[in-house]
Amino acid sequence: MLRVLKPGFYTTLQDKGRFGYRDKGVPVSGAMDMNTVFRLNALLENKKKASVLEITMTGPTLLFEKSTYIALGGALLSPTLNNTPICNNKIYKINKGDILSYGRLEKGFRAYLAVKDGFKDTEILGSSSQYYPITENKCISEQQEIDFDEVKVFEPKISELKMDSLLDINLLEVTRGPEFTVLDDKQLAQLFAKEFTVSKDNNRMAYQLNEVIEGNSATMLTSATQPGTVQLTPSGKLIILMKDGQTTGGYPRILQLTEEAICVLAQKKTSDSLNFKLI
Amino acid sequence: MKKYPITFKDFGQSAILVEWPNEVSEEILEDIIQYKTTLEAELSENFEFVIAYNSLTIIDNEKKLDLKVLETQLVNLYQKETDFKKSERILWEIPVCYDAEFGIDLEEVASNLKITVSELIEKHTSYKYTVYGIGFLPGFLYLGGLPNTMETKRRASPRLKVVKGAVGLAGKQTGIYPQESPGGWNIIGNCPIPIFNVKSETPCFVKVGDKIQFKAITRGIYKLQK
Repeated sequence: MLRVLKPGFYTTLQDKGRFGYRDKGVPVSGAMDMNTVFRLNALLENKKKASVLEITMTGPTLLFEKSTYIALGGALLSPTLNNTPICNNKIYKINKGDILSYGRLEKGFRAYLAVKDGFKDTEILGSSSQYYPITENKCISEQQEIDFDEVKVFEPKISELKMDSLLDINLLEVTRGPEFTVLDDKQLAQLFAKEFTVSKDNNRMAYQLNEVIEGNSATMLTSATQPGTVQLTPSGKLIILMKDGQTTGGYPRILQLTEEAICVLAQKKTSDSLNFKLI
Repeated sequence: MKKYPITFKDFGQSAILVEWPNEVSEEILEDIIQYKTTLEAELSENFEFVIAYNSLTIIDNEKKLDLKVLETQLVNLYQKETDFKKSERILWEIPVCYDAEFGIDLEEVASNLKITVSELIEKHTSYKYTVYGIGFLPGFLYLGGLPNTMETKRRASPRLKVVKGAVGLAGKQTGIYPQESPGGWNIIGNCPIPIFNVKSETPCFVKVGDKIQFKAITRGIYKLQK
């Protein structure tokens, strides 16, 4: 078991996501920065679906009650293992009784903890990704125990990843959304010339941006939305839907973030700046 | 069967949005459902289909397909002759308790519509509403078919908390809150049965294209069904 001594600000179990229920209004969920999670799971030679902990802004304190191997990634959150600093993207052997904790947030916003063979949580509708009320709880809580299989010996093919970090990127690559054509020249100029900043309204459901562009009065019938869909409201506000975002919406979908841009945005916090780039 | 002038648009790098003429119509909905049924049979199971009013979004969860190739395939499948069997639509009778305990805005709505509370209940239960989409929240049904005479304004300021099962009216819409959430609709009753149940194999028994008719129940029956 992994015992949660302190849960941190907002720590959730996440996997690839919950697929097949969008027609019933169930968000996909899954890790916000899937790039990092794929790499950590690959490093540990886990299945692609293996679930990890997604740690937001302030890290948890975790006690391992079995031996295993772990790898950390994503945001730089000053992690320590038994009070000794450790790094991202590297495999560490864990012994029973080891304590993982986190310190100051240096860069990024979401850090990930992957264990060998993944956490074993009950799947609901095909996924262990936490999303309330599909799952009973919205995040992990103090003294909760999270199960995983004990692994005493694991000889990884590689023990460390040299990877490009997305943490320094401020450019969001986008494609044209279905209602891209409602934008006039002025709106287009604003959208691609302006620098935007992340509003305090940012979470797993959506990121709102502080700066507005000219509003849009076009009305449309409610239609599907996806993670990465950029909606334009009548007042000119931009709302970028993320992994727990609603599956349908009635605002024009002007842009669509690429998979990678979703990962870039997932590492941004309030006031961080961003630009859009059409590909 | 008549075919519509539908359009195909890329929606990101792994989805295609198909749009029918911009109107709310039973015939269009039937055409979309027929098409979706064809696609479910012809495409691999890695696809998800989301219908809402006049659109169908086809999402490739494997993210492997070239969208140009997929689009060609989709265009051809729309032209393909099918056996035109009408899709199976179910009419669900949904119990609602319109007691004042639950219908906290009943009086206000009735007075705005210049009818009595019992007339309002009678009207609300007399129509069959079509499910044009499911979204916003898990199990939230977009219902069409509310007559003009029942249109009401949303509440000036939304409530921070609307209880699970609350039945509401707003604008051209009526519907059920599948879970507790903030909301700006006028609340006229409560439905005791869960529209979305994660413990069930089919978590939401209603599908797009089905119809809903509300049935007034007493407080006693409400408590029994709850």
